[in-house]
Amino acid sequence: MFKGWLVLKELLRGAAITARHFFVNMTFHTLKLFGVRTKRRGAVTIQYPEERKELSPRHRSLHRVLSREDGKPRCVACMLCVTVCPSECLSVEAAEDDDPEVQKYAARFVVDLNRCCFCGFCVEACPVDAIRMDTGEIRLAAEARAGLELPLEKR
Amino acid sequence: MLAEVLIVLVKVVLTLTWTLLLALFLTWVERKESAVLQDRIGANRASVFGLRAFGLFQPFADAIKMLFKEDFTPSFSQRLLHWLAPAMSFFFVAVTMVAVPFGDAVRLFGRRIPLQVVDLNAALLFVLAMLSLGTYGILIGGWASGNRFALIGSLRGAAQLISYEVALGLSLVGLIMVFPSLRLSKIVEFQGGTLFGFLPKWGIFLQPLGFAVFFLAGLAETKRAPFDMPEGESEIIGFYTEYGGLKFGLFMFTDFLEVILLSALATTLFFGGWQIPWLGAGGFVFPWGGTLKVAPWAVTVFQVLSFNLKVFFFCWLQILFRWTYPRFRYDQVMDFGWKVLVPLGVVNILATGLILAAR
Repeated sequence: MFKGWLVLKELLRGAAITARHFFVNMTFHTLKLFGVRTKRRGAVTIQYPEERKELSPRHRSLHRVLSREDGKPRCVACMLCVTVCPSECLSVEAAEDDDPEVQKYAARFVVDLNRCCFCGFCVEACPVDAIRMDTGEIRLAAEARAGLELPLEKR
Repeated sequence: MLAEVLIVLVKVVLTLTWTLLLALFLTWVERKESAVLQDRIGANRASVFGLRAFGLFQPFADAIKMLFKEDFTPSFSQRLLHWLAPAMSFFFVAVTMVAVPFGDAVRLFGRRIPLQVVDLNAALLFVLAMLSLGTYGILIGGWASGNRFALIGSLRGAAQLISYEVALGLSLVGLIMVFPSLRLSKIVEFQGGTLFGFLPKWGIFLQPLGFAVFFLAGLAETKRAPFDMPEGESEIIGFYTEYGGLKFGLFMFTDFLEVILLSALATTLFFGGWQIPWLGAGGFVFPWGGTLKVAPWAVTVFQVLSFNLKVFFFCWLQILFRWTYPRFRYDQVMDFGWKVLVPLGVVNILATGLILAAR
């Protein structure tokens, strides 16, 4: 019987906590409605398409292939990224470069976002720092699968 | 004669509209209130011509979605009963609202019109009877689905509802002993006076224990969390597993109607219905002396508003409870009903009887 009263007390305490949250948040919502600026907000929600959260500097978003200072792709088509990729989503086609220092470049560099798991191994594997995942682009959606096979060499 | 029929028809339509609109509004309140007390914002995207109005159009969007869903009946279910179950549970809750008084009687064109569809002389029994009949909706729903899990869910539901009806009935016995009538309009009128000269003579002050038992048993009767044993939306399989679209929507809607009904009953029986403390026919008479004259039409308006306000408060409270407490385990539900609420109800009857006899 005594235990029952303890439970009742805790139940009432729980209801008091949720009620407090309700009234405190409602106060801030009402203040906002009347244009009063407050430090705290009534909700922690970020209204996504209109408001955007700042991405962390380490956030892995859409890939990009970097180019040299003269505009040529930095990639030397060594295939290390293709080898390390666990989802097998990268496909690189090598072509011969006129510059004897470079020898090879990537004629096609396609990432298949249908398969990519955004692990970032390709970025770590690259010996010439040619691929990075720092575009900050996270709206990756397409109407068909083909729309997610992105040829990155053209970007 | 014709005028009387017309008056009743208008009152039926008004009561039904009030109930359905409030239930529709409650689906929005449920979303928003749960969001606010969890530091979220809640549904706010549904818009009409770019007007969002805090997501107030969300219920209509939901209704349109429900209407256009496929009306699916599984091949192994019993077609007629499958249709009948949601209709029955909806009907028996909606019909209960006819007994609830929304305000004192008004005089219009030389006629005395009570703001209540029918003034039954055994309204309290009528309400309890209709609540019990609602159990059939659940039982038939589970049975007609032809799904064993749904059947078990409906049996859980029936067991829970019947157990808590005992407590609900017992909690009201004390009230019947104190109040002179089973007529809801009489009960509300009786609560108009004052206790010890200042306290409004509401049921809550005469029957505090009775109210606690009534409200807790009523929460279980609405079969929403923390007593959502019959459905168990997220984990256990409930009686409307085989329902979808509009029929499922009707079951959900019934839950909200039950919330409104419990609020209306708690208001009528324990919180003075449309009474406002110290407000009589002529105006306020304050216990600390002093009066405030109020026009008769304003008194009626205040009374109807007071009833609505109390109902809103109880709806709010029930949604607060629903979003605060986790679900009981099944044996806890049964223990709580039979070992806590029923004995408390009996204790309440005995205490009330002793006090009445000693007086």
